[in-house]
Amino acid sequence: MTLDALFILDALLAALLLMLAVAALHAHSLRQSIILFIVFGLVTALAWARLKAPDVALAEAAIGSGVAGALLLAAIRERRPGSKASTRQNRPAWQVLTVTYLVIGLTLTASWAFLDAQANQSGLRLGELVQAELANSGVSNPVTAVLLNFRAFDTLLELAVLFAALLGVLVLGPARPAPRGASPVVSHLVAWLTPLLIITAGYLLWVGAHAPGGAFQAGALLAAVGIIVRLSGSPNSGLPSGIWMRLMAVGGCGVFLFVGIASMGGDASLLQYPAGWASILILLIEVFATLSIAASLLLVYLGGQPAAWVSDKERGHA
Amino acid sequence: MLETSTLYGLLGIVLAALGLHAAILQPDTLRRILAINILGVGVFLVFIATAYNGPDAAPDAVPHALVLTGIVVAVAATALALALLRRLEATREGTDDE
Repeated sequence: MTLDALFILDALLAALLLMLAVAALHAHSLRQSIILFIVFGLVTALAWARLKAPDVALAEAAIGSGVAGALLLAAIRERRPGSKASTRQNRPAWQVLTVTYLVIGLTLTASWAFLDAQANQSGLRLGELVQAELANSGVSNPVTAVLLNFRAFDTLLELAVLFAALLGVLVLGPARPAPRGASPVVSHLVAWLTPLLIITAGYLLWVGAHAPGGAFQAGALLAAVGIIVRLSGSPNSGLPSGIWMRLMAVGGCGVFLFVGIASMGGDASLLQYPAGWASILILLIEVFATLSIAASLLLVYLGGQPAAWVSDKERGHA
Repeated sequence: MLETSTLYGLLGIVLAALGLHAAILQPDTLRRILAINILGVGVFLVFIATAYNGPDAAPDAVPHALVLTGIVVAVAATALALALLRRLEATREGTDDE
C-alpha cells in the first residue's frame, strides 16, 4: 500500500518534471522560461531526494537551480527589449523534421540500452568497493569519500575547470552595472539573513564529513549570500578586492594541489594521503575549496571584474 | 509495476532528448543555453537512476560524486556561455549602430 503511494508520487513528480521542462523550453517569454527553469531545478531536487541522493539534491537546489537561475535572470535583465542580436531566422521545415526524427531515434536507442543494462546488471559495482573501503577514507559520508579521497583527482580537475571558466569570464570584460539599491525592508532582511546563511554554509561544510553536505553545497550557499548582498545594493557583493580576491579564487585548486604534491614521496602517489591524516587533510582542502567555489561563482555572477579592481588598475596606470 | 530507477532513468532520457532538440532548433541563443542545462539534468537523472539500489539498500556513491562534479561544471560552462553571449550581443549591436 505504501509502495503504491510512493509510486504515485514518483509518477506525479516525473509528469511534473516533463511538463515543466516542455514549458521552460517553449514558454512565450524568455523571463517565463527562466523562472520555469528555476522551478524545474527545485522539483528535480525532490526527484534526487526520492532516489536517495541527498547530496545531489542540496547541490541541485543551491547551484543547478539557484546560481544558474540567478545567472540567467541577470543575463536577460540587461537585454534591450526587442533585441534580435542573437536570434536566428526560423529554420526550414525539413531541417526541423530531420532533427526531430534523429532525436526520437536517439531517445529510443538510449532507452533500449538503459532497459537492457537494468535487466542484465553484471560486473563490478564500484559502490560496493566504496562501502568496503569507507572506514579507511577519513570520512563517513560515502559521497565525500569518493569526491575527496577515492576520486580526488576528478575533484581537483573540477576546481580547475571552474577556475578556467572564471578566467574566461574575467577576460571577456568588466562586471555588469550594479542594480539600484533595494528598499530599506529588503536591505534589512538581507542584513539579518547574511550571518545566518554564512553560519549555515559553515555547518554544511563541517557536516559533509559524515552526512549530506560538503564543499560544493557550502560554496554555493556562500555564493548565494554574495548574490543577495549585491542585489540589496552593495556593488562588490562584500568581496575583498585585489590580491585577497585572487588568492580566494585560486586557493581551492592551489591548496588541493599543494596537499597532493606534499603527500607524495616514498611509494605514495599524487593525492594519496598519509595514513591517519586523511580527515584533517580533507577538511583543509574542503575549507579552501568552499571559499574558492564561492568566490568563483560570485565573480562569474558579477560578469567580470568588480568595479573596484578595474579602477585600482587604472589608478596604477595614471 | 515499473521500478523507481527505471521510471527516473527513462524520464532522464526523455528530458535529455527534449533539451537536445531545443538546443539545436531554438532560434534564441539564451534559450539554447537553457536547453543545454535541461539536457544536463536529464543525463544526471540517468546516472542517479543507475546508482539507485532500491528503497532499503545504500545507493552507489560513485555516480553521486560524478553528478555533483557535473552540476558545478555545468554551471561554470553556463556562466562562460552567458559571458560570451553578452560580449557577442554587445559587439553585434555596436556594428548595427554604425
